[in-house]
Amino acid sequence: MSNQSSILSASLLSPITLCFCLGVFARLIKSELSVPKEIYLGISLYLLLALGLKGGVELAAAPFEIIAGPAVATLLLGCLTPVITYIVLRRIGRLSVADSAGIAAHYGSVSAVTFIAAQSFVADAVAQLPGAVPLEGYLPTLLALLESPGITIALALGVLNSPAAAERSTSSLIHEVLTGRTMMLLVGGLIIGALIGHKNWEMVAPFYDPKGGIFRGLLCIFLLEMGIVAASRLRDFRKVGVFLVAFGLIIPVVNASLAIVLGHYSGLSIGGTSVLAAMAASASYIAAPPAVRMTLPDANPAYYLTLSLAVTFPFNIIVGIPLYLDMAKRYYQFFL
Amino acid sequence: MELTKLRMVTIVAESILEERICARALELGASGFTVVESRGHGSLGRNAGEIPGVNVRIEIVVEDRVAEDILQGISKEYFNHYSVICFLSDVFVLRQDKYRKKGEAQG
Repeated sequence: MSNQSSILSASLLSPITLCFCLGVFARLIKSELSVPKEIYLGISLYLLLALGLKGGVELAAAPFEIIAGPAVATLLLGCLTPVITYIVLRRIGRLSVADSAGIAAHYGSVSAVTFIAAQSFVADAVAQLPGAVPLEGYLPTLLALLESPGITIALALGVLNSPAAAERSTSSLIHEVLTGRTMMLLVGGLIIGALIGHKNWEMVAPFYDPKGGIFRGLLCIFLLEMGIVAASRLRDFRKVGVFLVAFGLIIPVVNASLAIVLGHYSGLSIGGTSVLAAMAASASYIAAPPAVRMTLPDANPAYYLTLSLAVTFPFNIIVGIPLYLDMAKRYYQFFL
Repeated sequence: MELTKLRMVTIVAESILEERICARALELGASGFTVVESRGHGSLGRNAGEIPGVNVRIEIVVEDRVAEDILQGISKEYFNHYSVICFLSDVFVLRQDKYRKKGEAQG
């Protein structure tokens, strides 16, 4: 079996991907299956805190000059991807300012679950590469850095270009973006992780370690619900149209390519660059939708929710993550 | 038993508007409100809001004048862009003082 197809089959046959598919299937055959909302929220709380804690422990151990490059690359991505997305939608898609900016806010930000899936997958795949460098432990820090700038920049583009945008103070928008659930748990976890050090981490590691069975088991249940939610938006495909569905499949690869160039330049390993690519390719669906709804009420939620949940998320989970790893490998080989 | 006739403004809206609507109602002279999570079917489809999360039904019992201000405020600020409905009904309350903002003169 060739290397690429074994990477792809490893992704397709992972319990995470298959649980997502089960959720989609259950919804399509109108099964009563659903994950209770409180449990879904509870699991997302656990996943984000675990991610932050472990990332914080690793962050404290990593020297500043090693993190600085990837951090700058990540912030640059956070500024570039919403602008690229906005321009493509406005110029090629001829969408309204509000719709373009609303969708750009989603693609400029990041999906934490895509990050988690990428991190798990790439960590395993990289471990099998001969003489490969293990995945950087501080990657969750980059996730935290990528969460907010994209939303803020895209919404600013929308507000500046349309007089009809809702009257809203910039400070209340920034407050909302920075104090959301994801940011509190992730940044809070990073700080706690950085403070407690390795010895204290060992005490809670069996419960929180993202490499552990509990973490990956709960991730499966989370992905099951994501499958149900994604499939329930499939009926909106007609409203969204061919251009936007194609956009939702192509723009992730464009943003991922940009991330691979920047990740390589900033000194990340092949694995780290692949995960950064998955982050850049992903679209937010937790932090961005309420922020967009409040600030750009004219943007059609059917567009941005269907694209990020039912097009880009499944694409990244099933095809994108192994694809970005393969792209990163080829790019790194080119420079050898 | 002394019953007083007041007005109840009922607003069904997407949940992201809850905080803003409630704050506005207090500003306009309501002494309080009740919020319940809700779901249903409306002119826009199965669910008023597309954002994941339920809708809210906000009930505000106030005097005539305040009720009209609230209806006017809501229709001006939200009808164009958001999924919102609101309607008015008569209610009969005990202890009418509870529905008046503290410090406001009676009558």
